[in-house]
Amino acid sequence: MALLELRDVHVALEDGTEIVKGVDLAVSPGEIHALMGPNGSGKSSLAYALMGHPAYEITSGEALFDGREIAELGADERAQLGLFLAFQYPHAIPGVTVTSFLRSALNAIRKVRAGGEDDPVPVPEFRKDMLAAMEHLKIPRELAQRYLNDGFSGGEKKRVEILQMAMLKPRVAILDETDSGLDIDALKIVATGVKELVGSETGALIITHYQRILNYVEPDFVHVFVDGRIVEEGGPELAHKLEAEGYEAFMPEPIASLSESEA
Amino acid sequence: MASTETEIVGGIKTEYKYGFHDPEDYFFKSGRGLSHELVAAISEHKNEPDWMRKFRLKSLDYFLARPLPEWGGNLGEIDFDNIFYYIRPTEKQANSWEDLPPDIKNTWDRLGIPEAEKNFLAGVGAQYESEVVYHKLKEDLEAQGVLFLDMDSGLREHEDLVKEYFGTIIPQNDNKFAALNSAVWSGGSFIYVPPGVNVEMPLQAYFRINAENMGQFERTLIIVDEDAYVHYVEGCTAPVYSTDSLHSAVVEIIVKPGGRCRYTTIQNWSNNVYNLVTKRAVAYENATMEWVDANLGSKLTMKYPAIWLMGEGAHGEVLSIAFAGQDQHLDAGGKAVHIAPNTSSIITSKSISRGGGRASYRGLLEVAKGAEGSKSKVVCDALILDEDSRSDTYPYIRIDESNVDIGHEATVSKIGDEQLFYLMSRGLSEAEASAMVVSGFVEPITKELPLEYAVEMNRLIQLQMEGSVG
Repeated sequence: MALLELRDVHVALEDGTEIVKGVDLAVSPGEIHALMGPNGSGKSSLAYALMGHPAYEITSGEALFDGREIAELGADERAQLGLFLAFQYPHAIPGVTVTSFLRSALNAIRKVRAGGEDDPVPVPEFRKDMLAAMEHLKIPRELAQRYLNDGFSGGEKKRVEILQMAMLKPRVAILDETDSGLDIDALKIVATGVKELVGSETGALIITHYQRILNYVEPDFVHVFVDGRIVEEGGPELAHKLEAEGYEAFMPEPIASLSESEA
Repeated sequence: MASTETEIVGGIKTEYKYGFHDPEDYFFKSGRGLSHELVAAISEHKNEPDWMRKFRLKSLDYFLARPLPEWGGNLGEIDFDNIFYYIRPTEKQANSWEDLPPDIKNTWDRLGIPEAEKNFLAGVGAQYESEVVYHKLKEDLEAQGVLFLDMDSGLREHEDLVKEYFGTIIPQNDNKFAALNSAVWSGGSFIYVPPGVNVEMPLQAYFRINAENMGQFERTLIIVDEDAYVHYVEGCTAPVYSTDSLHSAVVEIIVKPGGRCRYTTIQNWSNNVYNLVTKRAVAYENATMEWVDANLGSKLTMKYPAIWLMGEGAHGEVLSIAFAGQDQHLDAGGKAVHIAPNTSSIITSKSISRGGGRASYRGLLEVAKGAEGSKSKVVCDALILDEDSRSDTYPYIRIDESNVDIGHEATVSKIGDEQLFYLMSRGLSEAEASAMVVSGFVEPITKELPLEYAVEMNRLIQLQMEGSVG
């Protein structure tokens, strides 16, 4: 069984509106999956629901992480199992520095991994790891002492999301539109960072509208997501096809023009 | 500098369990209720000069004549006839550790408060000074001419100085509770810093605390002479359990030209306490006064540290935190009164309410005619943690001068589900995530606290968010 396995997963909002209408997906360590689809197709809703956002409910199907159903778990418990979401719009936490936040989050996860006993990361080790990861992602050092995402540029926020991924070492990382709002240099840095973090311990699900991030982090599997469903699957070549031809081929014509005008 | 202070404080924590008894040899018991006889007896018992006895008696008249304030919080339940106004220290103590409410004990355990300190906080034992540390500090201070005594000793040993300033900043009839304090005060600190002396180490009530010091009606007078500096720190973050239901202190501060005084308070009262405190400072030419005031707990707190900017170029700052939990009403803020030209003030208030608690900002900004070129900025931010809790803002502004620069900002926010989700998606529990948002919210003020207090403050916020503290 894959590490993250979705079987006919449906997701609805609190008012009952169904956004995700039956998704099957399997992500294992070492694999990079791309979930590509037009705006409004429900990609981000799926990401939120998997991470445990209270406003997005998994209403039916199975969402298994390491064989365990996660639908009823809190976001913190899912994170502790090794699931991670890089946010499209990370939230600011005024008054809490990046360093202090990262250390708290890391210690929370270490505590669970140590069977519930406090196991705080030694400060020198933490500092060394963090500075190395920051340098790798070309994040200026001063950012470590700034308040988390408070007044950060779009690019800084996205890089700090990947910094969190590097420090927390999740087993499956979902990256929600991590490429949006990045210039080409930032995109390269972020994509390369993600690529390096995926390995025998970690798999990734990259959610994106465009193909361009996939130039730097080549997916093993591409899933085309339209109107709450995966409508086509293939290898990296599918991404190139989408780039050339758009999503129209996968959508009934009237709906396509409607969602374009809404986008 | 900071490390020295930490070492010394750390030293005290380990030292004072080996301390020795302070023979508080008092055989005085006042009984409940308030009368002229009682006030006269307190004064006599303390062997005070006649002027102080008269001052106390007159103050009692003012107290009795004044009605209860009808603003702020609900004071109607205070039973003035059922309060001990003066008790010898040993009688204040709870009979035993077992008599304490479990939530208080639990909190101290979780804060890691050392045993001796717990006993002191519980009132089940006296606080012992670390003789070595205290004497060294005292010698250093004496060599600089700094006076640092409890208020009763101050009056005995430096009567002229006390007489010159006592009750001049906060007149005995200033308000009902200042009048009460003026009538029955006991304990508190007396500090004088001579011209040009920079007291490097923060003076902490901690160093010379005895049972008397944290009484109900302490009285503090601080005089910072020209170009001198002192930082005074009172309180601790552990909840102070008190069977006394009324705490009413008066703090008067004079900062002479070019001087600077910072007064830091961190208090966390148990849920039965009415905490009604009057704090006021005057700052003369180019002087600076800073109040850093963090209030947690209590049934009702009414406290608005004030600064009167009397001389040109004077600067005042008030940083205040109020954290109101279940069954608590904190009505706190700050006052800045600009009398002289080109004076400046900043009031920053952060309030948090949770569990049905109520936190109010109440502040006054006044610029008198002639205080031209003055600047003031008032920022009050409220964070409401749940639907049952409440926050209010009462900013009073009186400006009688046109050439001034005044700014006022107020924000009210709730912890957003999105913020919590973001933090929880990184593995933090809901309580940890909420505590992190709250700690961040008060960070502009906690960063001004001495390090060990800031650390304790954040731990206390975590405990509050876990709901394990009443």
